[in-house]
Amino acid sequence: MDTKDAIIELRGVSKSFGRQRVLVDIDLKIEPGRTTVIIGRSGCGKSVLLKHVVGLLRPDRGQVLFEGQRIDDLPERRLVDIRRQISFVFQLNALFDSMSVGENIAFPMVEKTRGRLDKAKIHRLVQRCLEIVGLAGFENKRPAELSGGEKKRVALARAIALEPPPKVILYDEPTTGLDPQRADTINKLIRHLQHEFHVTGLVVTHDMHSAAEVGDRVLMLWDGRFVADGPPAAIMESREPHVHRFVRGIADDGEVLTLESAAAPASAVTSAAGSSD
Amino acid sequence: MARANALEAWVGGVGAKFLQRLGDFGRFWAFAGAALSYVPVELFSRRGWRRLLPQCFAIGTQSVPVIMLTGSFVGMVLIVQGWSQFEAAGMADRLGAIVNISVAAELGPVLAGIMLAGRVGGALTAELGTMNVTEQLLALRSMGADPIRHLVTPRFLGCLLLTPLLTCYADLMGGLGAWLVFALYFRGDSGAYWEYSQQIVELWDVSTGMVKALFFGGTIGLISCYKGFHCRGGAEGVGQACTEAFVVSFIAILLLDFFLNLFLNQVYTIQWGFRSLI
Repeated sequence: MDTKDAIIELRGVSKSFGRQRVLVDIDLKIEPGRTTVIIGRSGCGKSVLLKHVVGLLRPDRGQVLFEGQRIDDLPERRLVDIRRQISFVFQLNALFDSMSVGENIAFPMVEKTRGRLDKAKIHRLVQRCLEIVGLAGFENKRPAELSGGEKKRVALARAIALEPPPKVILYDEPTTGLDPQRADTINKLIRHLQHEFHVTGLVVTHDMHSAAEVGDRVLMLWDGRFVADGPPAAIMESREPHVHRFVRGIADDGEVLTLESAAAPASAVTSAAGSSD
Repeated sequence: MARANALEAWVGGVGAKFLQRLGDFGRFWAFAGAALSYVPVELFSRRGWRRLLPQCFAIGTQSVPVIMLTGSFVGMVLIVQGWSQFEAAGMADRLGAIVNISVAAELGPVLAGIMLAGRVGGALTAELGTMNVTEQLLALRSMGADPIRHLVTPRFLGCLLLTPLLTCYADLMGGLGAWLVFALYFRGDSGAYWEYSQQIVELWDVSTGMVKALFFGGTIGLISCYKGFHCRGGAEGVGQACTEAFVVSFIAILLLDFFLNLFLNQVYTIQWGFRSLI
C-alpha cells in the first residue's frame, strides 16, 4: 500500500515507559474504509498504539501520519482539527458522569460548533444516533443508570455524533466485560458503522471472536512488534507459535503453576521440619 | 567499596527525588498558567458562564452553612479565651473590637480557607481524579476539547471569586457569635461592644481579609485541580491525591498568610503610620 493510500500510518514508532519497552519500531499502514484489528495479550501495548493515532501519546521515536500529514509533532491546539475527524471509543467508555446520555452524545458536535448549533438540530442528531445503536428514548438517563452494554452503545453513539461523520473510529477493547450476546451486538454495530458511514475502523482487542467478526485485516502485537498480519482466516490458521497459542487460548509453558509444583515447596518444608525434630 | 556504593546510591536517590519535586513544581506552574490563560475567554463567553455557575453553586452556596458555623465558633472561642484577661485589665469593653479585628483581618480568611481546602478542595480533587482514572480527561482531549478550559478554569474561578464572599459570611458570623457570648454569657455591655468595634475595625482590616481570601481561594482551586489531574490510577491514587491536595493547600495558605501579612502591614505603615489598637 502506498503512503498516499493509507489514512493512518505509523513509521518506526517506538515507545517506552521508564525501562519498559512497549512499542518497538512499529510500521503500520491503515487502509481507508476497512476495519483493522490488532490483537495481543493484555498489557502488550495495544491501547498505547491506539492512543498514538489520535495524539494522546507521543512516540519516543518515529512518526505518526494522518492522511499523509505528520501529527506526532503538532502542538495540542493544532491537533484539534485532526481529532474532530477521529473518534475514540474507550475501554471504560469514558462517559461524562455529570451529563445525561443526550448531552454526552451531543458533546462532540457542540464542541465542534462552539455551541452555535441550534438545539433542534442537536436533538435530531442525538435521536438519530440513539436509534442507530438501539437506545431510542435513553437521552435523559444518566451514565450511572446504564448497564455495561448500554454504556458501550452510548459511547458508540457519541463516536458517530458528528456532521460530517468521523473518518476513523478507534475502538479500545469494545467487547471487554460484555456477555456474548451484548458483545455480538457491538460487533454488528461496528460492522454497520463501517458500511453505513464508510468509516475506517481500528480495533484493539483480545477477543478472537470479535476480531474475526469485525476485522478485514488482523495484526498481532507481541513484545512490542507485529508478529502476524493478514486476513482473519489466515491468522486463525497461523502456525507461528505465539499466534497459534494466542488464538487458541493456550497458556505458555512455564506460566502456569501446576498442582504438583505448587505442592512440592510445601512438602519440602514439612519434611525439613520433621527431620529437625 | 560497598559503603561507597551505598552512599552513592543514597545521594543519587535524594537527587532523583529532588529533581522529581522540581519537575512537579514546574509542571504545576505550567498547569496554572494554562488555566489562567482561559480566564478572559471563559468570563466573556456564554458557554463559559454555563460552566462557571454550577461551580459557584457547589463551591459557594453549598459551603455557606459550614463557613458560617466556622466563623461563629471562632468568634465565640476568642471571647471565651480573652474575657478574663481583658476584664482583669479593666478593658472588657474593648474585647469585642479586638476579636472583630482578629476575625476580619486574620482568622476569618485563614480558617475559612482551611475549611474550604478540606471541603471544596477534597471534592474537586476526588471528582477530577475519578475523571482522570476513568479516561474522561482523555476523552475530552480526543474530542478536541481542552480539559483545562472545560474543567479547571471554571473551578478555579469559582474558588477565586467565592472565597472572599464566604469569608465575609465567616467574618459576620464571627462578630455575631462573639457578641452573643459577650452579651449573654459574660453580661458585657453590648453598646460598648459595637461602639468600640466600629471605632477600631477599619475598612483596611476587612479589605486585607478579602485580599488574603482571594489568594487562598485561587490557590485551593489550582492545587486541588492539579492533584486530581495528575493522580495515579485507582481508588488509592485518588484518595492519596485528595490527602495531598489538602495538605499542600493548607501549607500554601499558611505561607501566603505570612507573606501577605508582611507585605500588607508594610503598606499600611508606609501609608498611614503606626496604629494603636488600645
